[in-house]
Amino acid sequence: MELSFDLNTLWFFLVGILLTGYAILDGFDLGIGMLHLMVKGDTERRIMINAIGPVWDGNEVWLVTGGGALFAAFPDVYATVFSGFYTAFMLLLFTLIFRAVAIEFRSKRPMAWWRSMWDRAFSLSSFLIAFLMGVSLGNIVSGVPLGPDKEFAGTTLGLITPYTVMVGLTTVALFMMHGAIYGVMKTEGQLHDRLRNWVNRTIIFFVICYATTTMATLIYHTHMISHFKQAPWLFLVAVMNMLAVANIPREITRGRDFQAFLSSCAAIAAMLFLFGMGVFPNVVISNPSPEYSLTIYNAASSAKTLKIMATIAAIGIPFVLAYTLCIYWIFRGKVKLDAMSY
Amino acid sequence: MDVEILARLQFAFTIAFHYIYPPLSIGLGVVLVVMEAMYLRTGNPLYEQMARFWVRVFALTFSIGVATGIVMEFEFGTNWASYSRYVGDVFGSALAAEGVFAFFLESGFLAVLVFGWDRVKPRTHFFATCMVALGAMFSAVWIVVANSWQQTPAGYHLVGEGASMRAEITDFWAVVFNPSSVERLLHVLSGAWLSGAFLVISVSAYYLLKKRHLEFARHSFRIALVVACVASCFQLLTGHHSAVGVSKNQPAKLAAMEAVFNDQTHAPLYLFGWVNEEHQRVNLGVAVPSMLSLLISGDPNQHVTGLNSFPEDERPPVNMVFQAYHLMVMIGFGLIGLSLLGVFFWWRGTLFRKTWLLILFVASVLGPQIANQVGWITAEVGRQPWIVYGLLKTSDGLSKAVSAGQVGFSLILFTIIYLFLFVLFLYLLNEKIKHGPEDSESMGTEFEHTKSVFKR
Repeated sequence: MELSFDLNTLWFFLVGILLTGYAILDGFDLGIGMLHLMVKGDTERRIMINAIGPVWDGNEVWLVTGGGALFAAFPDVYATVFSGFYTAFMLLLFTLIFRAVAIEFRSKRPMAWWRSMWDRAFSLSSFLIAFLMGVSLGNIVSGVPLGPDKEFAGTTLGLITPYTVMVGLTTVALFMMHGAIYGVMKTEGQLHDRLRNWVNRTIIFFVICYATTTMATLIYHTHMISHFKQAPWLFLVAVMNMLAVANIPREITRGRDFQAFLSSCAAIAAMLFLFGMGVFPNVVISNPSPEYSLTIYNAASSAKTLKIMATIAAIGIPFVLAYTLCIYWIFRGKVKLDAMSY
Repeated sequence: MDVEILARLQFAFTIAFHYIYPPLSIGLGVVLVVMEAMYLRTGNPLYEQMARFWVRVFALTFSIGVATGIVMEFEFGTNWASYSRYVGDVFGSALAAEGVFAFFLESGFLAVLVFGWDRVKPRTHFFATCMVALGAMFSAVWIVVANSWQQTPAGYHLVGEGASMRAEITDFWAVVFNPSSVERLLHVLSGAWLSGAFLVISVSAYYLLKKRHLEFARHSFRIALVVACVASCFQLLTGHHSAVGVSKNQPAKLAAMEAVFNDQTHAPLYLFGWVNEEHQRVNLGVAVPSMLSLLISGDPNQHVTGLNSFPEDERPPVNMVFQAYHLMVMIGFGLIGLSLLGVFFWWRGTLFRKTWLLILFVASVLGPQIANQVGWITAEVGRQPWIVYGLLKTSDGLSKAVSAGQVGFSLILFTIIYLFLFVLFLYLLNEKIKHGPEDSESMGTEFEHTKSVFKR
């Protein structure tokens, strides 16, 4: 892989980074949503929502920008996947809207029935979003039927297979774990202790799912590891991934919540990196006819567009990172409810 | 129904609904910047109270704007896949710029705006407000650039054959400054300022009529009236330039806007009318002779191309475009009149005592909203049957992998969810308005309290 690092490869990684950013950031707020119903009492539930209150909107922007970058850099991938997964993506949109509405409207009225209704909507939509995203990811790994005209040739129900459902569950488990750790970091007192227990449970849930999915991938989708034979250093990433997961309970036991959260972020990043390296240089694998696969070359925009966008990204992204860090810094520390809270 | 009609209905419905919110955010953003600047200059806690109240309304419109905006981005791919393949290379740069420069800026600093009152200094908060307002406008810049490219493509060349043909960028700045982008952008932005300003005016007028939060309402009213007055006059200018631009770049659209069927000089300008497309007549119409020719060129002898000079399958629907356009113009003049009237009575010192005027101002919030909607109908229906003007027909832009049943299903769900969302929006807005700003007296004591804390 010496001089093959061209613009197309760069954009494959940039889209990957945006989606990884999305998974790390929205991952914890989806996880908080999934754990929301496990927390009892109105004040504690409000603390849960306000733990993600200032940032969940911004986190979703990573999805919007990731989608935009996909459209821009690989229009054929964007067109094929979004039209091919039509019904699944529509469901995703409806749940995204529903979740936003639930967060926004839950605390606007004091009635118990009102709040418990939105609590359920918030939690259920968080589950569904994570699950649908996992299923989509699973389909990219297993491949979908594509025609010679780059169009999706399968059916909606064909997207649901035992393997893709397993990836969906793994995503749910991953985000639950990630959210629980974030919750531990942002809360104190009884709620803090209760969420600590949830970290342990969700880690076990996640490790079981992840091990099963990995086994299934190694047995049924061997193309995912073809690069590992040529570039053995990739194996180190897989090891680091495991170590990062193992490090989480260690840090939690020592009460170093922030380090546990960083480990969880590292685990997500490593997993998505391995996923990306597995499909590279394909973006959408065609199954059963692999010659129709969409790659970073046959599905990309022109070199000129990729270059212009790289310039835009080089100017803009340093600013984005700088002020995003500033904003997280302003809202550091434990959640305190006040007049402007949800 | 076939998939084309359903997909167009769905896109029209979701974009119309989405377009209620971003203009409000853009307009409120400007008003908020002014309010916080006044607070920093005068130190009068009343301005802080105003900013705090309007930030809450801003947050509400913003979050619905984001939720419905994600839908728009997805729909290019889900419903218009062939179009996405065709324009992706050109749209790419604009969308990337929107994401990097606008979305992150807006949503990131919004957190400080809404939740940061007690965590950052007033100056930092003001900075955050400026960034949010700027981010909202940047986002308009890039999306209008992309849309204008669809109206007046420039800076591209066509690559490939048949179904795999697509437009590729040759000159980034020619795409950004395509023939219609600047005038359309200014027109859209001033429309957005109007919708924010008239929301503030409307709520303030309501408080004045109800004799509640009087100081708060008077100050809010004056700030918003200044913004409204500047924006509505500016709107006349940008509207005129847009129409002149349309006459040069999209003659079929101009012909539909004024129902010009045959080529002619001394083309008339209709004040209103009802177009009979079959008989190519305008019924019940009142027109100013030669005015259209005069307005687009300064010369009453100017030749205007009629619809009959275009092939039959390249003409937009006439009456719909005609009605939408005329409604927009009428509302535009109404808003100019209303804001000038407001300024006049402000100068006379009787603005807040004129009950009839205040009632008019309460209703005025609908003006910019309706004008924005029909303005987009004029622009987008007037572009038909093209999805990219002169290059790609709307019917060729559809997704090949999506069936009418799938779109029908999603359209029904969108209708239900959006209606529900709209009712909730109105309900919550109403709650916020009824609740009003935090009482100024308790604000004062809180202010004293904070001061005493800092002194200790």
